[in-house]
Amino acid sequence: MRRLAPLAALLVGDARADRVVPPSGFTAHLTQFTAAAMAFLTVFALALSLAAGRLADHWDEALARTATVRLSAPEGQMAAQTEAILEVLRTTPGVAAARAIPDEEQRALLEPWFGPDLPVETLPLPRLIEVTETEAGMDAEALRFRLAGEAPGAVLDDHGRWRRPLIEAAGRLRLLGWLSIGLIGAAMAAMIALSAHAALAANARVIAVLRLVGARDTFIARAFVRRFTRRALEGAAAGTALGMVAVALLPRADAAAGVLAGLGFRGADWLVPLLLPPVAAAVALVATRITAMRVLKGIT
Amino acid sequence: MIELEDVSHSYGGAELLSGISLRLQPGSFHFLTGPSGAGKTTLLKLCYAELRPTRGRVRLFGAELAGMDRDAVARTRRRIGVVHQDCQFLDHLPLAENVSLPLLVAGRDVAAEAGNLRELLAWVGLQAQTEALPPQLSGGERQRAALARAVIMDPDVILADEPTGNVDWEMSLRILQLLIELNRMGKAILVATHDLNLIRAAKAQVAARVLRIKGQQLQQAGAEL
Repeated sequence: MRRLAPLAALLVGDARADRVVPPSGFTAHLTQFTAAAMAFLTVFALALSLAAGRLADHWDEALARTATVRLSAPEGQMAAQTEAILEVLRTTPGVAAARAIPDEEQRALLEPWFGPDLPVETLPLPRLIEVTETEAGMDAEALRFRLAGEAPGAVLDDHGRWRRPLIEAAGRLRLLGWLSIGLIGAAMAAMIALSAHAALAANARVIAVLRLVGARDTFIARAFVRRFTRRALEGAAAGTALGMVAVALLPRADAAAGVLAGLGFRGADWLVPLLLPPVAAAVALVATRITAMRVLKGIT
Repeated sequence: MIELEDVSHSYGGAELLSGISLRLQPGSFHFLTGPSGAGKTTLLKLCYAELRPTRGRVRLFGAELAGMDRDAVARTRRRIGVVHQDCQFLDHLPLAENVSLPLLVAGRDVAAEAGNLRELLAWVGLQAQTEALPPQLSGGERQRAALARAVIMDPDVILADEPTGNVDWEMSLRILQLLIELNRMGKAILVATHDLNLIRAAKAQVAARVLRIKGQQLQQAGAEL
């Protein structure tokens, strides 16, 4: 508790001590605007990261325990080989369920590309068999070997080939989002440090007077730190609120439409952006304190 | 309390003060004279550690300045009251807040010392101007306010740099009287001035020692003073 006392004192402040630095014009607005703009951008980067994470999890969960057997066989042998494959699958350890996808479903899968009038029955389409694995999973290599013996035209696709790059892409998108948040934070720290530097330079006379009457560097720095921290907090709160409203107003779409359509917050995700104002204030506090102590050390 | 021993100070390689020795004891009263640019202000700044000597030793209240860090220097300055010719106020704060600034930076409860502040402002004759901003005050009022700020922490030493430089003779005598009162309370006073009439007026009332900076050296002033 004793360690938290200085932080509490800093946040609560001292009206008299704060007044020693005159209210300044452009640095105040610059800090607030920077914090607001950065918080606004961070809300979107957060939304992107969280959406990418959700998408990666969705793909991973949906596809991890499924596989497809694709059977190409002469017209007369299709039904017999399908039955043989289903029999193999029924006796394969790790397979929870298997079913041949009926023509109507296959038509539905192709409809988005060819339209509703596609005469599927006239096309030499392979038969698709959907396989659902148990939690333990199956031995894909052993199954391929058995399928080759029972139905030479059958190909087992365990989705790994295209699932991995998709999940990898979503993971990288999420990483990109977090990287953007880090860069935005660093840029905000740099902007606030520059503003603090300008404010310290503009108040050289105030600093000289405070030094003359026995002020320690920490007292002088605190007056600036409190001011910049409060401005960053106010700016970031405004930027976050605007960002959250903007995200809420994004058009809704089916999750299957991809990450952009799914951009936004869901459920408890809405609480995450609320952390931005205090985090921005903490960034401002550290940036201003480091700048102030460095500048004051350079003044005799 | 403040001791300079064989102190020299240079600006950019050019020596302004050389081999200066000075000791301010409790209850002492010194005047420092010399032409403009002789180094009076520099000597005062060495006394309150705004400058560090390029050679020699400065001891403040028994501690070597060379061994003091920035915080120690700040704490030591609270024991030294400084009055500048240009007063050095925060122009955006009312007079009362400017005068109580040393209390604030020292972490003292300013509200609890409101009574002392009122008494002090009455002593320098500024009880009616507590809410005035420094630019609204006359030269004499500003000097008296600077003196009030210099003594609010009850320092052991008062250093005044041309405290009557911007005021008429009547006000000069009033400020001198305040300094003499402080000296009679046991405080060491060092006043840098080129006003010889002020020195003569003071010598009529207190045993003041007059020093002169000449040719980078500190000398005892002549019998004419």
